[in-house]
Amino acid sequence: MASMTTTEPLDPAKLRADFPLLDGTRCGRPLVYLDSAASAQRPRAVLEAMDEYYATTHANVHRGVYRLAEEATRRFEEARARVGRLVNAPEPGREIVFTKNATEAINLVAYAWGRHELRRGDVVVLTEIEHHANLVPWLMLAEERGIELRYLPLGADFRLDLGELERTVDGARLVGVTLASNVLGTVVDVAPIVQAAHRAGALVLGDGAQLVPHRPVDVQALGIDLLAFTGHKMLGPTGIGALWARADLLEAMPPFLGGGEMIRDVRLDGFTPTDIPWRFEAGTPPIAEAIGLAAAIDYLEQVGLERIHQHEARLTAYAVERLEERYGDDLRIFGPRPDPEWRGGVISFAFGDIHPHDVAQVLDEHGICVRAGHHCAKPLMRCLGVGATTRASLYLYNDEHDVDRLVDALESVRDLFV
Amino acid sequence: MAGLEDLYREIILDHYRSPRNRGELPTPPAHRVEGFNPLCGDEVVLYLEVADGVVRDLRVAGQGCSISQSSASMMSAAVKGRPVGEARRLVRSFKAMMSVHEVSLGEDGSPSDDGPGDALDPSTLGELAALQGVVKFPVRIKCATLSWNTLSQGLDEIEQGDPVGS
Repeated sequence: MASMTTTEPLDPAKLRADFPLLDGTRCGRPLVYLDSAASAQRPRAVLEAMDEYYATTHANVHRGVYRLAEEATRRFEEARARVGRLVNAPEPGREIVFTKNATEAINLVAYAWGRHELRRGDVVVLTEIEHHANLVPWLMLAEERGIELRYLPLGADFRLDLGELERTVDGARLVGVTLASNVLGTVVDVAPIVQAAHRAGALVLGDGAQLVPHRPVDVQALGIDLLAFTGHKMLGPTGIGALWARADLLEAMPPFLGGGEMIRDVRLDGFTPTDIPWRFEAGTPPIAEAIGLAAAIDYLEQVGLERIHQHEARLTAYAVERLEERYGDDLRIFGPRPDPEWRGGVISFAFGDIHPHDVAQVLDEHGICVRAGHHCAKPLMRCLGVGATTRASLYLYNDEHDVDRLVDALESVRDLFV
Repeated sequence: MAGLEDLYREIILDHYRSPRNRGELPTPPAHRVEGFNPLCGDEVVLYLEVADGVVRDLRVAGQGCSISQSSASMMSAAVKGRPVGEARRLVRSFKAMMSVHEVSLGEDGSPSDDGPGDALDPSTLGELAALQGVVKFPVRIKCATLSWNTLSQGLDEIEQGDPVGS
């Protein structure tokens, strides 16, 4: 494979020793964790960075004049710049807004930008494969403001159908699109969408929750205008995510939540918001979480995001091959054929007509964690004609043994229900 | 630790593989009522034909996991032909059996209002008692109670004079 020529394959077994939750055994055997698309596990380095911060440096940020507070502020802002550099933000220190998660980052755009910019009849384009996080904030705005929502449809081979792209984005103000589907594993080729959207004068918001953790993402190369992603899917802590947006867009946006830190001045008859990015961060931010996220990014880059990408591509191909070879037509995968460039390590499937909850319950008995349900993508489930799927998702710490245990354990699912 | 055999009892799997009272009834005279479990996408559609205070007939449609579908099947067999009052008592008994965990987990935020008189007597619940093992798997309790809550809602709607559903 292409990757082998440039980089040595990573060694998941060795990496697992860095992850307390995955190291060792549970109920007498190693845990097979195949649900990183829902939330990844975190390495000791992240836990230690947060502990060390609390033990040595904590004070509130952007408030105190004492040295401890200055040091906390410095580390918090360093973490921001670290996140900005990860996605190659032109101005890493000014263009990253810390949020609670990717969902809040998208809500921030819908509230701050959307409420300021959109009037009745304005068009926002989304896709049929979006996570609820990139649907509901816009549906709320449609109810409140009467904006029009259009959708790029799911096409053949579980990719977006861009046949009507030009017409769909015509007159639109914003196109919101996932960069990688949390159900199908499809990595969306955003280049044509960005071109068409920009020609039409629309901004492009990328939902990077499922892509940023798994390969190098460069907002300048992608040409998008806004990017939402989350910490806990990329080895970081829960409770922190980020919105990247071009500085000029942030400058033009009114605040999101109101409170401390986001103001320059407050009078009894009004307030003046402060500069970006702090304008969008009301109240005490998740400081330790930001430091944990920076440590997670350090870890990912030490391992190498391109190596992680290649590892997942190989493992996805192996998993699909094993599942198909063992179960044939009894197992239907909802996703594109393995493809290093355009498919990630999310494998959703139907197993006969056994309900995914039953599949997941029996797999749990074998020490295997998979997700069962609609994956917060109900419109997509309707497109696929199913109520739910079973989903196994792969990350840097998974290997062939995990896949083999999944494949073997599915036999006992079949024994019970068929 | 709870084992799978507590959850997937043979009688449950039997109802899952061969569901009773599966299908639809014309509305009217039947009343149609839907229930959803948003967590896993379980969906139960009941068609209730109530006359003279008796559940004369009912059918179960929808889709879902083995627990939700077998519970719906067992429910249909248990209440078909019974007076509405008895069906409601059965709902309370069944939910009491399932609520031990729900209340202790605080899932609803409010304790069950089922009195001790409604506590489970396995001899009156018959094969429904096979579902008792579900309480050891808290995530699945909502699967088991879905059809019962839907029945309860349907009976309420019929009493409130909305016999065909809306």
